[in-house]
Amino acid sequence: MAAVAAQNVSKIFGQGDSQVIALKDADLSIEAGEIVALMGPSGSGKTTLLRALSLIDPPTSGQIAIDNQLVFDGARVLTDDRKLRRQRMGIIFQAYNLIPFLTTLENVALVLTLNGISNRQALTRARELLMSLDLGHRAGIYPATLSGGEQQRVAVARAVINDPAVILADEPTAALDTERGKAVMELLRNLGRTQHAAVIVVTHDERMIEGFDRVYHMTDGRITNH
Amino acid sequence: MNLAIRDVKYRLGRFILTAIGVGLLLATVMAMGGIYRGMVEDALSIVRAPGADIWVVQKDTNGPFAETSRIPDDLYRVMRAVPGVREASPIAFQSLQLDYGEISIRAQIIGYRPGNLGAPPAVAAGRPLVASRYEMVIDRKAGIPLGARLPIGRMSFVVVGLTEGIVSSSGDSTAYVSLQDAQELQFLKANETVRNERARLEDDLKANPTLAGLPAASLTSITQNSNLANAILLRLEPWAESTDVARRIERWNHYRAMTTAEQEEVLAGNVIERARQQIMLFRIILLIVSTVIIALIIFTMTMEKTRDIATLKIIGAPNLKIGSLIMQESLSLGLLGYLFGALLINLTYDYFPRRVAVLAFDQYVLFGIVMVICVLASLVGIHRALAIDPTTAMGGGA
Repeated sequence: MAAVAAQNVSKIFGQGDSQVIALKDADLSIEAGEIVALMGPSGSGKTTLLRALSLIDPPTSGQIAIDNQLVFDGARVLTDDRKLRRQRMGIIFQAYNLIPFLTTLENVALVLTLNGISNRQALTRARELLMSLDLGHRAGIYPATLSGGEQQRVAVARAVINDPAVILADEPTAALDTERGKAVMELLRNLGRTQHAAVIVVTHDERMIEGFDRVYHMTDGRITNH
Repeated sequence: MNLAIRDVKYRLGRFILTAIGVGLLLATVMAMGGIYRGMVEDALSIVRAPGADIWVVQKDTNGPFAETSRIPDDLYRVMRAVPGVREASPIAFQSLQLDYGEISIRAQIIGYRPGNLGAPPAVAAGRPLVASRYEMVIDRKAGIPLGARLPIGRMSFVVVGLTEGIVSSSGDSTAYVSLQDAQELQFLKANETVRNERARLEDDLKANPTLAGLPAASLTSITQNSNLANAILLRLEPWAESTDVARRIERWNHYRAMTTAEQEEVLAGNVIERARQQIMLFRIILLIVSTVIIALIIFTMTMEKTRDIATLKIIGAPNLKIGSLIMQESLSLGLLGYLFGALLINLTYDYFPRRVAVLAFDQYVLFGIVMVICVLASLVGIHRALAIDPTTAMGGGA
């Protein structure tokens, strides 16, 4: 079974004359351990699909299954989609979105504490992960003092610390230079494979195309090929 | 992981400054409460100071504080004969301007017979009145030292003692003098006035055939009578019931007799009622203003965290976690602000020109109100936080 499966997923904004079809009958299936890219120009529906898959902004119609569980079937199946995200998903943002009032270590540990793990255990695990990512020396400082590349690596650590089935990354290298972007992508690939997670990366950066198992191209809300 | 503590720690300087602002506002609320209480205590202190059970005043009046009351000073002899009365003594009150060097203050002059009812309950420094003339015991608040010589009218007084915390209903210092001195200050007329009144009386006598030939000077004891008091204070036997004795005096002696409780009611209910209501209203307005300000602060703090809250929603933080972040910050702000306000008012209330009575009970009640205000204010922030669209945290791409 696929870690992420979407069938006939559509998203329509507005009604009547002002209706905009942002996503039209999107189908995709990604296995655990697979890393895929969603590529396309701005406004093609990449981020909309990502939001739909994470149920942050659910689709108008279609079916979505995450980690072999149907989570959307024309309507929300789950009563608490945040639980799904904190337990089985890791999400990486274009602008890193680290919580500014938490230290690097606390940002990473936060997801674990949200899942009911004690502070002490969460901090220990977060410290180990940061050390493995060569960020141990930055554990006690606030995100504002980190470089962009470091912030994104911390964001990756936050996304993977709960051993998610799915990692969704929205333009993770857009704010980074080529070298740092490649480093982040490399990290994401390695962690995705190590953790046997399905990784979906939204990008329109052709420089980052190497290393993906598959690439989905999107145009005008449709997946055109992969 | 407590997000509120971490957020406060991160923005500690700004949080403390905001709390100080809230604290100043709450200090004003506490001061208004203290002034309100102080006004009541001031008003009642002058009634309670003599330790009387009954105040006998002019019939059909609410004297001597709410209305003018004049009665013969020797009425106390009659009152002594009333069953149940153990002590009776006249007392006189008058407001005067006192000048001592640079000091110019209003004072409530209280005249009593030294060694009898009407004396201040305690003298904090110096001694009570002993001589029957020209001595004064004044409240420390007036700022006039022991041994000072004070000219008032045609007399000169020596300050022999100081009291503490006995003021009039308007907050003026009290000054105790002998009854005779007080009577002369209040009722004795100036020489020019006496001469004018005597001339007028002589004209009246001439105009009246039955009194013609009567020298005006022979009526001086009647026209210039200063043997008046404003009230007779009674202290009762332990077995006597004050309301029974008061009703008996009213029925048989034709004077108004008020128990101390009734006198307190007149003062609190009439004399200072409007001022009390005014302060109470102002206090309520301040509390409403505090609520709005705290709500605005919490709302602004929440707005500043819009992106962070959206991120928290995306990474799966439940509403309870987000709500508790806002509520805990609101309560912390209220608590810190309250502590600062309480500290400020407790350090400064002695320096207010009028008595500010800061009672522990009032502070507990205000603390409860502040916590309720913070909870209500945080609901505004929580409502805003829960309405934040999680997609705010993501880029604007489609």
